This record gives sequence, structure tokens and C-alpha cells, in this order.
Amino acid sequence: MSVEYTDSDRLLRVSLGPQHPSTHGVFRMNVELDGETVVKLKPVFGYLHRNHEKIAEGATYLSSMPYTDRLDYICPLTNNWAYALAVEKLAGIEVPERAEYMRVILAELTRLINHTAFMGFILGDMGAWGSALMYAFREREKILDLFEHLTGARMMANFMRFGGCRNDLPAGWREQVGTLVEGYGPFLDEMEKFLVGNEILLSRSQDVGQLPAETLVNGGITGPMLRAAGVSYDIRKVDRYGIYDRFEFRIPLGEKGDVYDRIMIRFLEMRESLKILRQAIDQLPEGDYVNPKARIRGFKPPVGEAYGRIEGPKGELGFHLISDGTPNPYRYRVRPPSFINLTLLEDMCLGLDLADAVIILGSIDIVLGEVDR
Amino acid sequence: MQPTSANTPAQSPPEKPGRWMLPGLGLFQGLAVTGRNMVQSFYNKERMTTVQYPEERAPISPNFRNFPFLVYDGNSIDNLRCVACSICEKECPPQCIYIVLERDENGKSLKRPKIFDIDVSVCMNCGICAEVCPFDAIYMDGEYELATDDRFEGLLFHRERLAKSADYHMKLRPEQASEVIARRKAEEEKKAAAAAAKAAKAKADAESKKAAADARPADEKGGDA
Repeated sequence: MSVEYTDSDRLLRVSLGPQHPSTHGVFRMNVELDGETVVKLKPVFGYLHRNHEKIAEGATYLSSMPYTDRLDYICPLTNNWAYALAVEKLAGIEVPERAEYMRVILAELTRLINHTAFMGFILGDMGAWGSALMYAFREREKILDLFEHLTGARMMANFMRFGGCRNDLPAGWREQVGTLVEGYGPFLDEMEKFLVGNEILLSRSQDVGQLPAETLVNGGITGPMLRAAGVSYDIRKVDRYGIYDRFEFRIPLGEKGDVYDRIMIRFLEMRESLKILRQAIDQLPEGDYVNPKARIRGFKPPVGEAYGRIEGPKGELGFHLISDGTPNPYRYRVRPPSFINLTLLEDMCLGLDLADAVIILGSIDIVLGEVDR
Repeated sequence: MQPTSANTPAQSPPEKPGRWMLPGLGLFQGLAVTGRNMVQSFYNKERMTTVQYPEERAPISPNFRNFPFLVYDGNSIDNLRCVACSICEKECPPQCIYIVLERDENGKSLKRPKIFDIDVSVCMNCGICAEVCPFDAIYMDGEYELATDDRFEGLLFHRERLAKSADYHMKLRPEQASEVIARRKAEEEKKAAAAAAKAAKAKADAESKKAAADARPADEKGGDA
């Protein structure tokens, strides 16, 4: 953190980051402070740029799949799904029913992972180092064990394929998910008891970082951040991609859109995810886990253009692909939710304390792997 | 602000603790959770998550994948299943595989790799090489204690280091290996049967030709008579 006085001798310019524990990775905020109050905030990113989109243009469609794991590395399976969905749209591949159910189960487990880890991180931002993060990561580890058992890797799953999934569920996996889902409700109760009544959390998070819903919509904000402000927009309900129309679940909405609402909306979303998981496990049919007609080697989609989007845990995650009929995409573009949600950071932070800026950044729930790509 | 989509049912906002609470009570509730976690971490298996690593090891799933290995049949690493077709080299996302085909002095392919290198410092454990291989020659290993003090040569795995026997594969992933062995055996039998049929057909052809040749002079003779 470097500090320098500006010409006016009144404002203090602080460079917060890029290596700073509160910035969730290599992210930098250049803030100008009047005393403790933020009067200007400039986000600086790109430290983790890996040239994802250009690499994908030189690689085959399948070769990009493991790179999508590394976009938002907290929730690789939803990234896989969004990419697979875009390619399936492009090439017109059908997905068997069992694979659709497997995808829903994995995506909702990923949502649980993301929101649980978020609880730990936001509490860490507020200064509660240790307990909350450890409890969150203990539960996350259980889901990651399931992922390892199914996909072979805890985080870098590389599991979805065009037209299905890579392998079938191992014996007993479904029952393990059932046990996990049953045990997750009590954990959420405990976590809520741990946090919700806490006066420090209430005073730190209530009425902090609000923006009018119009601004959020105009800014392209999606996901829990938008819904916390009371805008009912969830792609699972809007697009009904996959088989989401078969499940009964509701979209939790917030009221004010402050940091507190953003925390609570994620608790409620996790409970809805548990509902979806219970239904999906019950209904999981037998059948193919991948479309037998889908090809692994020599995959060439027809000339065309497709945009596949899903409701990722952080917001709308989309992949825009343009094919020129060769094995490599002509253009490959990612619409990353955490990058676009980050764009309104300054508007949310102005006039508040520097300590509030840190938790507002935490409440956006960014992953720098996805922001910088 | 109107909801942007009409088909999404709205729900009541998240509940907030609206009732009056003794100031500081919420803190104590949270502290009670911490205390319960601490006490239970001494006897409750659910809450004891730490594994004392070198002495104690977490069980590893048979599906766990790390770096690739090459399978050979029998006892000699000259019997690698790999035919150096370079499909994995082309599909590998980080391009960490390097293959050179072995040829005899006339330049004819011997269908085996002279060089097969994998730079495991580049490999990202995605498993695509194992997936695209049409010859069941490359699979993902489960070995994870690979630390070395030489970061160049020590992390560049050559053919000799990568080659592992089919028995090892069987031990690592019995289900997959037995399926592969059964399929290969069936294919080989089919091939052998096809070869035998071909040989029999060739023999039969030769015999019928010979018979025809034998018969012709007789006919000619008969014609003469």
C-alpha cells in the first residue's frame, strides 16, 4: 500500500492492492480519501490476464473446456456448462435427459460451494478472521470430495462435454449427494445463527453500498447483486435452459440492495438450491450420460454464431462463439459476471468510509480469474 | 422498478431480525456457535477434518487424476500400446506433449514412439489426452508425491518414466482397466479371426485354382480323346 498526498493537500491518495488480503486476489483500488471518506475510486485490474479468449481461438473446441475451469475457479462446473451450452447451440447437439439432470445437480452443488465460500470471505473482510471461513470451508470440502470422486479433480473438473458429461456417476454417488443435502440445511441454520443477529455485522453491512435498481439494470449487473435490489431476474427462470422448468423453486428477492441484503439473498438462494437438488436426485433417470452421436475427435461445428448463457452463482455467465467451420472457433468471447458486476464499484463506494469499500468489494463476490481472464 | 421478467414469481424479502433484541445478544449467540464447534471438534467426527498428512493419508478416489502415464503390455516397455499417432499431442490444451515417431533405416514407420516427453510443469491434469487416445495407450495417474529439486529435467518426464505396466493400471482403476483389456482382447480375437478367415480364404482360393489347373489338362485330355 503506497500513500501520497495530493496537491490540494487535503485528499490522500491510497493505492489499495494489488497484493492485499481484502482485494480477493490481485486487484487494485486507487482511492482518494478525504479523511476516511472515499471521494474517488479507480479500480485497476488485469494483473491476472492470461489471454484466455485468444488462446481459445487457436485451440480446438474441446481444448478450451479445461481453460473454462480456470475462469471462475471457485465454481468450475457452471463455467463448463455455459461453454458446453454455447457449443451445443452452435452445433445443434441434443443432450440426453440423464446428462441434463447431472448438470443441474452439479450446478446447484457449485452454487452451494460459491455462496458458502462467499460467507466465509465476506466475514473475513469484516474482520472475523478464522471461524466463519473455517466453517464455510469445512462444508465446501465435503462437496469438493464429491466432485473429486465424480470428475477426478476437486476444482479443475473439466467434466462437461458437448452433448453430455464425461463419465457416468460412480456407484453410490447419488446417495452421497442425498446425505450431503440433508446435512446442509442444519449447517445453514447454524451459519445463520452465527451471523444474522450479530450486531457488528448488522452495523457494518446495513445501508451500505446501495444503488437504485435502475442503475444496476443499466449497468448490466446480474445475479444475487441485482436480485438483492429487488429486481426479479434469474436466467434459470427467464431462459429455462436445460431442464430448470421441471423443478419447483423460487427466486429470493431483496429489498434495499445493501450489503446485508446481498448476504441474506445468498442464504436464501442456497436453501432454494437444496430444494432443486432434492428434486433432481429423486427424479434422476437412467440412460446415456452423453449423446452417443457427439464426437470427441475431429469436432467441427457448422458455420454460425451462438450465445449460450446460464445463471452462474455470480450472475449471468455467457459464451459467445463464432464458427467458420474449422476445428477452432473464429471468435470466442466470455461474458464474465464478476467483471461486469465490478464496474459499478465506484458508484457504490463514494461517500462511504474506506472500510466500507472493502466490504462492498467483498459483497460483489468477484474472482479475479474471471475478471481478468 | 418493475420486474424485468413477468414469469418470475416474486418472493417476500429476506427476513430481518425486526424484533427488539438485547444489545449484544446476537454476539453471544454467535459465540455459542463457536463454542459448540470448538467442543465438538474434540469428539465429533463431522467436525474433525484435519488429517495429519505424512503419517495419515486421506483416502483417494479411484477417479482421481494427476499426470498421464503410458501403458505397456507384458513385461517390456518396448510393448507400449502407443503408436505415436500424435492425436494427444495435437489435442493437449497447454501443448505439453512431445512425440517423435520411430522409423527404421528405410524411413518406414515402426508405429512406436522414439521420444515421448511430457513436461509436467506445464501439464494441467485435464485428462484430454487419455480421452482422445484411440489406442487405450495413455491414462491419468493417481501419484501425487512428485516433488523434486530439479525443476527442468526433474519435471520433464521421458518415455521410460511415463511407461507403466497394464498391471499397474489394473491396480489403479480396476473397472476401467478390465473393461479396456476385455475390449482389446475381443478386438484382437476379431482381428485374429479375420486374419484366419482371410488365410483360409486365400488357401481355399489357391486350392480351387490348383484344382482348376489340375482339372484343365484332364478336360483338354478329354477333349482330345
